[in-house]
This record gives sequence, structure tokens and C-alpha cells, in this order.
Amino acid sequence: MIRMVDVFKEYSNGVKALKGVSFELNAGEFAFLVGPSGSGKSTIISLLVGEIAPTDGLVIVNGQDMDNIKMRKMPYLRRTIGTIFQNFRLIEYKSVYENVAFAMRVIGAANRDIRQRVPYVLELVGLEYKAKSKPDELSGGEQQRVAIARALVNNPKLIIADEPTGNLDPARSLEILLLLKKINELGTTVLVVTHEKPLVDQFSQRVIAIDGGRIVSDAMDRYYNYESQ
Amino acid sequence: MKVNRNRSFYYIREGISSIFAHGLMSFASICIIVAFLIIMGSFIMLALNINALIGVLESENIILAYVHESLSESDARALEPRIRAIHNISSATFISREEAMQSFARRFSDSNMFEDIDVTIFRHRYAIYVEDVSQIVQTQETLRNIRELGNINANHAIAQTLVSVRNVVTWISVIIIAVLLVISLFIMQNTIKLATYERREEIALMKMVGATNAFIRWPFIIEGFILGMTGSILAYAAVRGLYELAASNMFLFEGGFFSLITFSTSISIPIFLLFIGIGFAVGVGGSVIALNRYLKV
Repeated sequence: MIRMVDVFKEYSNGVKALKGVSFELNAGEFAFLVGPSGSGKSTIISLLVGEIAPTDGLVIVNGQDMDNIKMRKMPYLRRTIGTIFQNFRLIEYKSVYENVAFAMRVIGAANRDIRQRVPYVLELVGLEYKAKSKPDELSGGEQQRVAIARALVNNPKLIIADEPTGNLDPARSLEILLLLKKINELGTTVLVVTHEKPLVDQFSQRVIAIDGGRIVSDAMDRYYNYESQ
Repeated sequence: MKVNRNRSFYYIREGISSIFAHGLMSFASICIIVAFLIIMGSFIMLALNINALIGVLESENIILAYVHESLSESDARALEPRIRAIHNISSATFISREEAMQSFARRFSDSNMFEDIDVTIFRHRYAIYVEDVSQIVQTQETLRNIRELGNINANHAIAQTLVSVRNVVTWISVIIIAVLLVISLFIMQNTIKLATYERREEIALMKMVGATNAFIRWPFIIEGFILGMTGSILAYAAVRGLYELAASNMFLFEGGFFSLITFSTSISIPIFLLFIGIGFAVGVGGSVIALNRYLKV
């Protein structure tokens, strides 16, 4: 699903964000990618969604080598990845229904399929009764659930959540992670990027820790292992 | 096929709804197109009127060709077909010696002073109008080949001045219109850039969920097309309305120097097409160029 082998990334301003990162995430897995600000988490996300290319090393996502992918094929690869952002990235002037349907329209889905699928995912995230609301009428937790519904609607193989609870209070944060866990149990591979230790500690899941551009810990544990090393 | 129809419908719907969703930017874009096209249209009409005025002055610039004194009136009149056959001559009017003297006498308040003057001191003559005043010297030389004609007078200085003025006005018009065009394209592109910048998050999101560049571009192209066309049509209506209002007021002074040319189809159609072309180029071209930088991800 995800395979990174000895990946280096140096930006044009000379910043070395990644210094030989290697890890794998197999189909059906759920993992946290944790680390402090500036550790390289965002660079990994950007590499996985094809926003940037590695300076050296191998990045494979859903079977596609990200360094050799043709630009015209990139949209089709991105359709196999559902991405969730810290700031939700909802389109303000569209309703909840249209924000979710938008991801299906983008790939040219037929209206009949959209009418069937969107209510299903809205029900899955518990927002079927808010379909006609605009994003600014929703709480932060509800907005993030809309973003999750949008990420799910095209039935992606992989979901990458970039600090999905960064703008939420602890109770809403837990709700969102439980929802992502539920989605994982339905068969979707999930990678959650976060720096919120207390939240990670509530789950007994694989935790990949990165610091200073290097993987410092990768274990099935409920704690930040690398902090105690 | 069904999917394509769905998509076309989606592009059009998105393009139109986006105009209203970003109402302020849409309004600003249309205002800028209208403002610049009104300035450009006004200048075009000014240039056309100056050109028409010079044309009137040119048409009044005549060559006077005097017939040799030995020729009778009938022989002098017989020269007319030979004169008219010369290239660049639009018309030639015969003026007999009697008509010449009467015309001369009219310039003086005391007509009695001409009573004892023999009409034969005046010559028969032709008032000759040319098509192209810049070729007046060549036309004068050709007229000299007609041996029955004596002096052939033409005011070269006035002719040359008119030609120079026309050339200067033409060049200034072309340069100012070109500069206005470049400025309007630049400002419009920046307006569209600003509008696109405001929506960069939306574009980034579309890229992230797997939209192709064509899918992202089409609603923007349709939006730019509608804004450009709306601006062009409003500007055309404004230029035409304002010009006709100005022309009707100038009519009050028709007895004065000159009246404005009419907004005939030979003027209105090219101006309408020019405005539509600029609206299309600015709306659609500006959208495509401004969008490109956000699609390279």
C-alpha cells in the first residue's frame, strides 16, 4: 500500500527534511505517524500524495512509483487515496451534500451513482441530517466528519489523515479517531499523522515516530516508544 | 456519452454558480472590462471623427486648371472627358470666364467696379477634385500633359499638411489603442489572478481529490467567457449610447465647424466584433493563464 525505501528530501532552500526514511504500510493496516513540528511528517504526506518528488530513494503508493509517475496519470492515482486535512478544506459556498458529491463529480461519476453513494457515506459519518447545511453552520468536529465523508466517498484503498484532530477539542478528537478506526475495520488502510501524544495513547496501534528527518521508532505499542529511548 | 453530457452540464453549472458565489470579484472583473472598453471605444470614435474631418478638408482641396486663352468655350468644355480620365481625379467642374468673373466680383461689396472690365481677362477653368490628396503633385504633372491647359494651380503646402496630420493621427491612434489593449489585458489578467488566488484552496482541493487539469479548467473558462462577454456587450451598449447622445447634442451646432459621424453599421459591426474579441481573449485567455500556475502540482 505504502512503501518508502531510504528516502531523502532536500528542498531548494537547502533544508534536509528527510534523511533516509524507510517504512511500509500494508493493506488493511492502521498506523499513526507521530513526531514534533519540523520532524518531516508533512514532507512524508507531500511525497505520498505526489505534491513533491523525493531527492533520493523509493516512494511507492498503491503500487505506483511516485518518482516515475507521469503527470497525466497523477489524478487517477490520487483517486485511490482519500486525504483528510487539519483545516478540513471544505468549499464554503457548497452544502455538506455538495462538498461530498464534489469528490465524485471530479472523477466523472454519474448522477445516479452520486445520489446513491453520498447519503450512504453521510450516514456512515453520522451527518445525514446535515446534508443541506453549509460548512459555516457546522461545528469543527462536524466539518471534519464531512471531510472524512468526502475522503471516503470514492471508496479509496488508502486514507491519509494529516493532523485530523489539530483544530478539535479532546472529545471531538477521540470521536474522529474512532470513526477512522471504524473505517479501517471496514477494510480501508489508514495512516494518521499527528503530534498529539495523549490521543495516540488511547489506542493500541502501530506508531511510526519520526524526528529530525529519521524514523526513530516503529512499533505496535500504545506509547511514544522513542521518547523513552 | 452519458458521462460526457453530465460533465458538460456540470462545467456550465459550476461556471455560472461560481460567478454568483464570488460575486464581488465577478463584479470587479466586469467593471474593469467595461471601463477599459469604454475608454478604448471612445478613443476609436474620436480617431474616426478626426479622420473623417481630415477627409472633408482634403475633399475641399482642389486643383485649378486654367484653359489656354485661345480656346473657345465649346473647345474648353470638350477637354472635360480627357481630364476626368486621369488617374486620381474624382471630379472636374468646368467654370466659364463669365462664371469666374461673377464669382470674383462677389468677393467685393462694390460690384460696379467690374462693369467696364472685359470678361476675356478671365480664363475658362476647371475646378478639379482628387481622390488621394497625397498624390496631388503627380496628378498636377499629368494634367500638364494636356497642352490646351495653361497654369495648373494646386496648394501643395495645405495638401502636404493634411497628409501629415492624417498620418500622425493614424499612428497616434494605433499606438494609443495598442497601449490601451496591453494595459487592459494586463489589468484583467491580474484581476483574474486575484480571483484565482482567492480560490487556490479550492483548486488545490480539486487536485487532491483527483481532478484532471481539464476538469478544473473548464468551469473557469466558462466563467471567464461569461464575464468577458457580459463586459463586452455592456461596454458596447455604453459606447454606442454615449456616442449617440454626444452626436445628437453636436447636431445642435451643425451650422458650426462639423458634426459627428453617424454610428453606422460599417462602424458598429467592427467595433462590436472588436469588443467581443477582446472580451473573449481577456476572459478566457486570462483565466487559462492565471490558472496554469496552480495546476502544476
